[in-house]
Amino acid sequence: MPLTLEQVQRIAHLARIEISESEAATTQGHLNGIFRLIEQMQAADTTGIEPMAHAQDLSQRLRGDAVTEDDRRAAFLAVAPETEAGLYLVPKVIE
Amino acid sequence: MIAASLRQLSQALAAKRISSVELTRLFLDRIERLNPALNAFVTVDPEKSLKVARAADARIAAGAAGPLTGIPIAQKDIFCAEGWRTTCGSKMLANFVSPYDATVIRKMEAEAGLVSLGKTNMDEFAMGSSNETSFFGPVRNPWDTGRVPGGSSGGSAAAVAARLAPAATGTDTGGSIRQPASLCNLTGLKPTYGVVSRYGMIAFASSLDQGGPMAASAEDCALLLNAMAGFDERDSTSLDRPAEDYARDLERPLAGLRIGLPREFFGEGCAAGVMAAVQAALGEYGKLGATLVEVSLPNSHLSVPAYYVIAPAEASSNLSRFDGVRYGYRAPEYGGLDDMYAKTRAQGFGDEVKRRILIGAYVLSHGYYDAYYLQAQRIRRLIADDFVEAFKACDVIMGPTSPSTAFRLGEKAADPVQMYLSDIYTIAVNLAGLPGMSIPCGFADGLPAGLQLIGNYFAEARLLNVAHRYQQATDWHRRPPAGLE
Repeated sequence: MPLTLEQVQRIAHLARIEISESEAATTQGHLNGIFRLIEQMQAADTTGIEPMAHAQDLSQRLRGDAVTEDDRRAAFLAVAPETEAGLYLVPKVIE
Repeated sequence: MIAASLRQLSQALAAKRISSVELTRLFLDRIERLNPALNAFVTVDPEKSLKVARAADARIAAGAAGPLTGIPIAQKDIFCAEGWRTTCGSKMLANFVSPYDATVIRKMEAEAGLVSLGKTNMDEFAMGSSNETSFFGPVRNPWDTGRVPGGSSGGSAAAVAARLAPAATGTDTGGSIRQPASLCNLTGLKPTYGVVSRYGMIAFASSLDQGGPMAASAEDCALLLNAMAGFDERDSTSLDRPAEDYARDLERPLAGLRIGLPREFFGEGCAAGVMAAVQAALGEYGKLGATLVEVSLPNSHLSVPAYYVIAPAEASSNLSRFDGVRYGYRAPEYGGLDDMYAKTRAQGFGDEVKRRILIGAYVLSHGYYDAYYLQAQRIRRLIADDFVEAFKACDVIMGPTSPSTAFRLGEKAADPVQMYLSDIYTIAVNLAGLPGMSIPCGFADGLPAGLQLIGNYFAEARLLNVAHRYQQATDWHRRPPAGLE
């Protein structure tokens, strides 16, 4: 089932990517081409097959609850677009 | 020195016939002279490289050198390296200077003593098979500068093929080491998932991404993998296994080797010239004592469709971190917070990356998860099980790496699906998590063709052995492109 323009706009909103009307139309064509490829999966009978998330089927390793990292706050803040008083700055969210 | 193997460079450094500083300058000079025509490197910093080279010379003088100490290497720009601009081929990170080292960088520089020459161009966030999605422009194939080098590790491949570096790092999510190796006449190895740490390697699809070496020969790749591989606490999917010497079996004879040929890799869809080179290579393996057996990977035709669900789903999650807050690009003008996110991501990501994020957001969204994501994960198991079955009858699987030789710049850029199909033989290996290689096996109309070798889990040493014996009997991998002296 091909994606509608409205669906393309909705996905772009979910992904937090601004998209113009003309971009949405081009994107719709590309995505529908890709989904035609993806739809080939639906012909496969996978009844009773356990989904495989990861090549080794291992459970996540746990580590001791101990401090292992140095304080790199200044170095990490230095690469942010905007900071003040050791904090990341974003547009005002509460009036 | 330009064409020397890593072992030869190691011997020259140990015998003080050349210093690391001299060797590093030699390659930096070639980069300065030849890179403008190829665009293989996006960042070089000679002072930084030479400082590491001087430290390597001191280590050699003190008798504390390892086998790779002082040898220059090109680093794919997906690996964070402290103090180096690390862009991942994206406008989003065009000015990002990493505050830390990836484990691969730390192991190669601080432990093994390799000297990073710079960061190589790549498809944006490793999403591409031609290196045309890079924010920094396409890379050109040294064998024909009107053609692509493959991708996503296209800058690394072009750099080594043009001998701007003796070797390079790459990463492979769906073929990004093997396909460019094939298109540029190199040897490239994607290890078993979990063998090389992903810490500090900018994430695309975390259950598939794996770093590995790209170089002229299997012997070079074995030495490099020794420096790259190993358990890492900082990567939750790193495998805790004893260290191994990947060069230990290089000289083992191939008599009795069973080579599995999946009938699905030998049907329609592969260029005749590539198939002829692959068949000739299989003939050579026969002379080396191997036997050929037919095997089947009956679900391999589903690998590209399943991959284009799983990889975009993981990418849409991984790339949500690029929001203009903590690092990277932020749109210059915006209204509220949501508008800042949406404009930052619209301006910071290129078209292919956006397409994959949108696919991922869709297949993970409410009401579609079972039909797409779970179905893809079930197919993933079918594909992995096919390999388990095939390896009951053979020791190594072979076939073409890529269905064609290097294509022209722009030839597939307008149609994403055509581009995706250039990884048709490589993607199943990532889905299963197996090790795979590409080695040069001849030419079609003057352009390199690659033979793919697929091994069972943790069979890297065996694959390198199988590749090395072929490279002792042939000289395809030693042939340089013309006009790059």
